[in-house]
Amino acid sequence: MNTLESLRYFLPETFLICGAFLALAVDLFSRNKKIVAALSLLTLALFFFLAKSHPAPAVGLSLFFGTFMLDPLTQFVRYLVPAVTFITLLASLNYRPLLKLYEGEYYVLFLFMVFGLILMGASSNLLMIFLSVEFVSILSYLMVGLLKKDARSKEAAIKYLLFGSAASAVMLYGISLLFGISGSLDFEAVGQAVSRPEYFSLSTLALIFFLVGLGFKISMAPFHMWAPDVYEAAPTPVTAFLTVAPKAVGMIALIRVLGIALAPLSSQWQHILIVLSILTMTIGNLSAIAQTNIKRLIAYSSIAQAGYILMGLAVFGSVGIQSVLIYLVTYALTNLGVFTAIIIVSNQTGSDEITSYAGLAQRAPGVAASLTLFLISLAGIPPLAGFIGKWFVFSSTIQNGFYVLAIAAALNSTVAAYYYFKIVKAMYLTPAETETPVLAAPSLKIALGMTLLGTIIFGLAPQPLIDWIQHIRL
Amino acid sequence: MIIPLSHLLIFGAILFAIGLYGILVRSNIIAILISIELILNAVNINLVAFSRTTSISPVTGQVFAVFVMAMAAAAAAVGLAIVLALFRVKNTVLSEDINLLKW
Repeated sequence: MNTLESLRYFLPETFLICGAFLALAVDLFSRNKKIVAALSLLTLALFFFLAKSHPAPAVGLSLFFGTFMLDPLTQFVRYLVPAVTFITLLASLNYRPLLKLYEGEYYVLFLFMVFGLILMGASSNLLMIFLSVEFVSILSYLMVGLLKKDARSKEAAIKYLLFGSAASAVMLYGISLLFGISGSLDFEAVGQAVSRPEYFSLSTLALIFFLVGLGFKISMAPFHMWAPDVYEAAPTPVTAFLTVAPKAVGMIALIRVLGIALAPLSSQWQHILIVLSILTMTIGNLSAIAQTNIKRLIAYSSIAQAGYILMGLAVFGSVGIQSVLIYLVTYALTNLGVFTAIIIVSNQTGSDEITSYAGLAQRAPGVAASLTLFLISLAGIPPLAGFIGKWFVFSSTIQNGFYVLAIAAALNSTVAAYYYFKIVKAMYLTPAETETPVLAAPSLKIALGMTLLGTIIFGLAPQPLIDWIQHIRL
Repeated sequence: MIIPLSHLLIFGAILFAIGLYGILVRSNIIAILISIELILNAVNINLVAFSRTTSISPVTGQVFAVFVMAMAAAAAAVGLAIVLALFRVKNTVLSEDINLLKW
């Protein structure tokens, strides 16, 4: 479909990009940065409803000369990413370290980020996937390095930059090989060329290069080295966002690449993904045990979570993809909740060490109780949302006979429960050093309430979510 | 005289290998960024070579190469800005001196 015809279906994204530029202009002229924040939140909310009123057709619609695929999977990204960003922005409104510098630009960067992520989730063309991955990466480097005087934030940004540019350069080399064997950039055409036996070795090489580039985005071992440093030193709301949104959309981009362009190699990448999935969750969980900084602990836990999501990806098929999507929704809600609680505590105490969570149950009973619920959900204990996600991923692996994977994941879950409960123990059983209550700003309370509500509702009544996701297939 | 495709691809692969080696070995951050640019140039050579031979449309690869150059420029702008910001707070561009965050 050509550009003019496509624009009709691209209305929500056009609106989003206009809103982003408007917010940028307002930031230029307004002293009060909260106006920019309000405008950004409004843009996101309106985008959500525009996307809802312009649903994707059940059969994919290929826009902009086959670069942008509008299908139910894209629609999923259109709902998930703005929702995640909305909660992140709410949690950022009162994040102390951010208030002094670049506050306006910060909100605008998120709007552009949403646009880039939607392009990434919808790309069905090698050029498009390269451009959108780079778009998202460059914005993430900027967000991580935003704290001006903080040497750790700068250090994390430079590590992220070097890892990220190297990974996407390697992926680009893989893309050039795929373009060479197929003579086209379209995923479908690439898929047909890859199935020819004479190109087997070249396309396997391209597969590995692709896994480097997208594996970096989803913090898959052995390309996870950047993740703990970046997640620890970035501003906390940015960490919350990076552990959820680019990871989720990276998974969806991986679904498209593996499921369409590299589908003929499925027996190869299935084996690779099984090994990498076990590796990712084991490295994540074992490294998390010894951590004393809560952001770093949750960073390792989010690497481990990526390992669980990769299980569903290794299974693939409609069951595997659906389990991945369900997991992504539940994980997004829970992880955002954890980080909102971390922001509330660090605003008061100025520290992210687990020792500063001692006696939180007396100082802030509500926050402590919600954080406990989120951690229980991350550990996958019923009746919370995390359990639903885990249940679907596990059942998809067992249905398809990947017993080794299921056993490894079950062992890993018990390890994970140990370090999640370490935080709960500090909050409830260790006496507090001071009695000063921990107070939360209203916007943080709203963010915490939204994530908590989502975690509980999707845990107790997951049926609407499951019904909706069962319509989504590649 | 037309240079055969295989020569161009071998040239690209060598450039890719040199770039990868540079990323792994050099400790100066600027040198690492230059090594990454080498990989991107290897990609460009591949793309342009393929666009002349195997591509269905002769312009696809060339347009892709232009996109890669533009993206490399954007990434270099952001990258050098971050390096400069790091230099201001830490006074170094050597990767072994960047060791605040570990384990």
